[in-house]
Amino acid sequence: MTNTLHRYGDAESFRDDYIVFATPSSDRNDAGSVPKLKKFLEMALPFKPVNIGDPVHGGTLRPARNLHTISNWKRDMTPDFRAVIDGIDTPVSVVAIFDNQAAAEQFLKVAADADLGLSINMSASVEGARECCQFAGITRHSVGYSLGFEGSTEKLPDSQLLKLTTMCGHGMVSTSLAKKMIDWVKEGRRTPGQAVTYMARFCSCGVFNPARAQRILEEARNGRWNEQNQPPNDSAEAESHLTEIVQTSKS
Amino acid sequence: MKINPNKCVACGNCTYVCPMGAIYVDPAINRATINRDECVECYACYYGLSTEHLNPPLVRMIRKIFQMGRLRFDPEPDVCPTAAFEPEDLQWPRVVRRAFSDPRATHESTGVQGRGTEEVKTNDVTGRVQWGEVGFTIEFGRPGVGVWLRDIQKMTRALAKAGVAFEKKNPFTLLMSDVATGTLREDVLGEKVLSAIVEIKVKVEQTQPIIELVREVEKDIDTVVALGVGTRCDENGEERLVAPILESMGYKLERAKTNMGLGRITNYPENKGEEPSREILSEIR
Repeated sequence: MTNTLHRYGDAESFRDDYIVFATPSSDRNDAGSVPKLKKFLEMALPFKPVNIGDPVHGGTLRPARNLHTISNWKRDMTPDFRAVIDGIDTPVSVVAIFDNQAAAEQFLKVAADADLGLSINMSASVEGARECCQFAGITRHSVGYSLGFEGSTEKLPDSQLLKLTTMCGHGMVSTSLAKKMIDWVKEGRRTPGQAVTYMARFCSCGVFNPARAQRILEEARNGRWNEQNQPPNDSAEAESHLTEIVQTSKS
Repeated sequence: MKINPNKCVACGNCTYVCPMGAIYVDPAINRATINRDECVECYACYYGLSTEHLNPPLVRMIRKIFQMGRLRFDPEPDVCPTAAFEPEDLQWPRVVRRAFSDPRATHESTGVQGRGTEEVKTNDVTGRVQWGEVGFTIEFGRPGVGVWLRDIQKMTRALAKAGVAFEKKNPFTLLMSDVATGTLREDVLGEKVLSAIVEIKVKVEQTQPIIELVREVEKDIDTVVALGVGTRCDENGEERLVAPILESMGYKLERAKTNMGLGRITNYPENKGEEPSREILSEIR
């Protein structure tokens, strides 16, 4: 599962994105791990995660199977943390997402002290994770770097959309929906907070970060761009494309 | 996946939520329709959309009245008002699409949800990537592009030719008819998936040649590729072997997944709850 690794953005854009997850390993420590997974998430709650989840049941915002028509006007958009914890019934990876380093590192310390025996990982900026480990007194065991996107990057949307859609690492949040939500926020049809809930419901494991998504939507609404609004690796391709156009026009 | 034409009211909500852009409202029948070639059976439409169970003829009539009056209506964007999506009983080889695209579907072979394995996430208890080794995850198709399995075969064949070992428990490895040559089963080559992850392990000194090989082959593959590089830290928790190689190749290391080393083996059926044997412990270390 690389579903939290390849989020798009630079280290600065991950300032409000700290994912801590506990993973039981098949045939190694999965037996009897369900209560430990629940405890892991229970321990996270005091540090106010912005989302928690598991890949079987989803995150704190989930689709409803039987919406009443009235709900179109009075829809409950409250994240349900209790449902996630109560719903864990098999050994799976569980995640807690934090929007600030202080909360993430304090939780990490508590989780380490609890000595659950499960593998605990943090997905964040390289430096952010290192600092959290230092705070918690943890010696890192292994590290997995993201090298970003390569290949046919001309098929990717702009950076604002990529930041939103890659927050569901399984690719369940579509580019079209993210674009529609940016448009709706710009038009004033929905607030950034409301728009975020629509996208979060498509993330099937709860790793979508609503706080970061809301910030990105607010930046998009206000026309603020942290980075050049281009897909990754685009400068080299744009240059070669330009050369191609020039050559074509000359011929 | 199917859309029941008797239920669909052509509201268009589902056309936005499909990660592959495979759903459109067919003007000939005025119903949402799925392009089966492009659909990867990810079930985002079925599981992600909330559902109401409204009366389809009534909804169509209301929509028609609103359209005639050029009135703008503002429904919730993540709702199928008539619960029109109906899963199909997928047969081989189409079922492969779902196995690699729907994160809720468990690969029977690995027992792992998703498209890869536990890779470095459980390296503290599996010892999969040892000191001096590098585990690569080469992901194709995400976000939102998708990939044909015949395209991934170009990469697996090139990697096999370079002599790398594929991760045995990876679901993609299990699709190979010949692991030694990286050749996939013939009957799955025409299937498209939302994403698939090829996992390999090499020695640290092979890091740069492998990345260069991937970069070369990906020129011939019509999708996006995301590379993940996992390795062990030293006894002080530092990683000074692989990062310098990557940085020398021009990569700016912005994001990483860090294994804290807090896991331990607790399944001991063979020795009734006592500490694992020396053999197991030495395997991990």
